[in-house]
Amino acid sequence: MTEEVKVKNREVVIPGETLAEGMGYLPSFGTYREGEKILASRLGLVNIEGKVIKLVPLSGKYLPKRGDTIICMVTEILMSGWRVETNSAYSAVLNMKDATSEFIPKGANLTKYFDIGDYLVAKISNVTSQKLVDITLKGPGLRKLYGGRILNVSPPKVPRIIGKQGSMVSLIKQHTNCKIMVGQNGIVWIQGEDSDMELLAVKAIKKIEQEAHMPGLTDNMQKFLTENGGAPQ
Amino acid sequence: MSYDKRKSGRDFDEPRQMDAKAGVVKRAVGSAWFKIGKTEAIAAVYGPRELFPRFLKNPEKGVLRVNYSMMPFSSGSDRVRPGPNRRSKEISSIATKALQPVVDLSDCPNSVVDVFIEMKQADGGTRCAGICAASIALADAGIPMRDMVGAIAVGRCQDKIIMDLDYYEDSHEDGTDIPVAMLHNSKEISLLQLDGNISVEQFQEAIKMAQGTMDKIFEVQKAALKGKFKPVKE
Repeated sequence: MTEEVKVKNREVVIPGETLAEGMGYLPSFGTYREGEKILASRLGLVNIEGKVIKLVPLSGKYLPKRGDTIICMVTEILMSGWRVETNSAYSAVLNMKDATSEFIPKGANLTKYFDIGDYLVAKISNVTSQKLVDITLKGPGLRKLYGGRILNVSPPKVPRIIGKQGSMVSLIKQHTNCKIMVGQNGIVWIQGEDSDMELLAVKAIKKIEQEAHMPGLTDNMQKFLTENGGAPQ
Repeated sequence: MSYDKRKSGRDFDEPRQMDAKAGVVKRAVGSAWFKIGKTEAIAAVYGPRELFPRFLKNPEKGVLRVNYSMMPFSSGSDRVRPGPNRRSKEISSIATKALQPVVDLSDCPNSVVDVFIEMKQADGGTRCAGICAASIALADAGIPMRDMVGAIAVGRCQDKIIMDLDYYEDSHEDGTDIPVAMLHNSKEISLLQLDGNISVEQFQEAIKMAQGTMDKIFEVQKAALKGKFKPVKE
């Protein structure tokens, strides 16, 4: 059989669609081999790198992964820590010893540190095969969030919102003078001095989410921000 | 007696006009609308999310749960009373089994993927339209899937083998209704029901006819999913 790629690079494909024929190509994430063919196993954008074919997901819920920085909300106080909601199918546990360098006395009221409804920027320290998730607040930039507003975006779009080496998010930060934190789980926290600028940042992020699969996004965003009253600080 | 001409004027092997759209329910993780003739289905997917009641949890892989329901105004006659009934429970169960072979939920143990199928308008072949919509909605929700599932009803009306029965043919006194769901690539059958009676030869012919329509359904599903990602116009 001849070796042949059936789709273009960066094309949207659906589950069960044939991506390539022949044994010359290797199936990677989001694809599988059946006989001589490579088929898509989810909805996504095709990415062909040399002989490796993989899919970049376009939709879906967040799945906790070790090392991810996420924004989560405290939902429950436990015996020795806090349970947080992670915007995925699984809740996570923040253990007391991973929470703060402060000394927490025995029998202390844990709501003094983090109360139910508080938002945290945390790092996932461990995920078991049964998807029991541990998070930690020890690390640079990990903390409790005060004020600001919370925004939900589609988790597969997060890399586009952050951009290469954080270029996209720093572009918005510069133009709107807002503090922005983007969690891998699709929760974004925005805080600015000026509520109009906060709303502009929200609009900008919504726009990136809609146009995430399109080329030339950074230039478009630069134009959008300056046209709508944002100015580089 | 001979069934010389179909009431709808279609050829005996001609399905009704199909149309579909993905992402119609913004609140859901994935959703779809599927229309075949006058039959219209909406499917919405939520999850993977935490499963309640907890005893249903499977620590090996996620659970797929499909719920089928008809809207009160969907049928041509009396108001359909809302809520589960014997028929909708059966269809929920067979729709789950029709979609189960393609979805791979091994990455999300202890969780559930909920699929809600609502029939907006019913004119025969609702379970098939529901399964087609659910398949698009699951793909739209980014659930790992081996393949797409298509479904169509075939059957017999008097002496003729017919494709895609509408309500008139479905409720014909000398008619047989066979809903079939198939995986697109392997053409494996994941749903097969039969209401009525039919000879073995005619049954085989009917199944072959259903198989021939699967590619058409797949194209409609493909167009729906790809249509969601057309370049945004300024």
